[in-house]
Amino acid sequence: MSVPDLASVRTVEPAQEVGVGDKAWVAPTLSSQHSAILGSLGFGVLFLLAWQFVPPALGVPSYIIPTVTDLVSEFGRMAARERLVYHIVSTFVIGTVGFVVGSLLGAAIGYALGMSTLLEKVISPYLLGLQIAPKVAFAPLFIMWFGYNAWPKLIVTVLVVFFPILVNVLQSMKTVDRDLINLARAYSMSRLQIFWKIEVPASMPALMAGLRIGATLAVIGVTVGELVGGNTGLGYLITFGEGQANTAMVFNAIILLTVVGIVLYGAVAMIEARVLHYIPRAHR
Amino acid sequence: MPNTASVLDLIGVTKRFAAPGGAATLTAIEQVSLTVRPGEFVAVVGPSGCGKSTILNMVSGLDKPSEGRIVLNQKPVEGPSPEVGFMLQKDLLLPWRTILHNVEFGLEARPISREERRARALRELKRCRLEDFANSYPYQLSGGMRQRAALARTLAIEPAIVLLDEPFSALDAQTKLILQKSFAQTIAGSGITTLLITHDLMEAVTMSDRILVMSERPGRLVDEIKVDLPNRDNPMSRMGSPLAKQYVDHLMATLHLEEKAA
Repeated sequence: MSVPDLASVRTVEPAQEVGVGDKAWVAPTLSSQHSAILGSLGFGVLFLLAWQFVPPALGVPSYIIPTVTDLVSEFGRMAARERLVYHIVSTFVIGTVGFVVGSLLGAAIGYALGMSTLLEKVISPYLLGLQIAPKVAFAPLFIMWFGYNAWPKLIVTVLVVFFPILVNVLQSMKTVDRDLINLARAYSMSRLQIFWKIEVPASMPALMAGLRIGATLAVIGVTVGELVGGNTGLGYLITFGEGQANTAMVFNAIILLTVVGIVLYGAVAMIEARVLHYIPRAHR
Repeated sequence: MPNTASVLDLIGVTKRFAAPGGAATLTAIEQVSLTVRPGEFVAVVGPSGCGKSTILNMVSGLDKPSEGRIVLNQKPVEGPSPEVGFMLQKDLLLPWRTILHNVEFGLEARPISREERRARALRELKRCRLEDFANSYPYQLSGGMRQRAALARTLAIEPAIVLLDEPFSALDAQTKLILQKSFAQTIAGSGITTLLITHDLMEAVTMSDRILVMSERPGRLVDEIKVDLPNRDNPMSRMGSPLAKQYVDHLMATLHLEEKAA
């Protein structure tokens, strides 16, 4: 009589054990995540305190390393006197537009080269050469061509973003699982259907990785463009602050550029989380 | 002439490849002739590198024979055909699609309505007992369930023949047994003609009606064994039969496995 009971208990047990095991495994990571965040915050506070008090204590003048409070008051002055919002918006808009245009161009050409082996063989040596060339060094050239306006900054940004995305997309197109393509062929799919149904989705992880790199490079591109020419943007504020020996202004501009970069990168990370939702988190 | 009562005929098929780096050619299979009749489950066994997968690629129309002819449902094979469904060791599910959309994938190049596509996919998912996982993504399924989903996708195109290229060889021993039974039931239930390529002799014996034995490269057919066992839809019960063991022993002798191991 007791045998069927035992059997039924046994079939239930492993499932329960797995559930309990999962919880026991998750719980410490949750609390360790919690303490990691607290630790990070604590480190940040400690760092700011050190920045505020250590340089003055060592006799470093504020025109070499301004204190945190110097930066805050300079920030207020910049907002009031230097049209700070205008400069931030300029950098952000040009950075974003350059990033989007560079990404679209890079992805489009990456896919085109991925579709045609011949085209890829003909063009790739030149692409490689261009990829190695330091793109930011073109900035003065673009200023000579287009003048002191938004174009040189935009073109440098586009150029800087373009290559990593192109290379990533092309690489992923070349490494799509042949068996998947054969499967689609066996299902009588056309070249175009294979492209849209297999190759494009299969390249998404690589495209997203390229976009992440591109987002950080976009800020570098727009900054260099603003440093070498023009009278707008956070990069311009850096040269302007430098000319006035206003160290706090330079620091603030760098911090704001970093924030612009974080916003762009964060946007890409959010898009990636939506696009690549089908990949389990641990593997991302 | 191809038998009118056959689904698939290979007539004197030879396949040569250009050997890597040289002018010499490599003969993968030589003068292979075989026939698969409707509803039959035929297994092809042979040593690795004997060209089993080459046969499969040619039947599916992805590759062309150097000599000979391949006839599917009285029509010569000249390219990928909607009448062939094939399954590999890898499940080849698209990770970005749900199971349901994966099953629909094979039908998307066909002139059928969205509703019919959905209905056929759901029907095959049910047959493979995966209807509860229609909206899951492949990573959420176990290896055995993924292979079942791949079978559902293969059956959804309603092929004249299903080609199975070692579909169980990447699975652990227990999952393999369960999946063999599940496949055997599904295939018997749908009455579909099947060609299984495997290196597992017991698998060939427990799942098929007839076994074709190939030699080492260049692959030729060296033996044909009719499996006279009941319960084709239940490999586990066949496995227990002493006759199955005899068939395996016979296959081992044909393939000279013991001499090689010595």
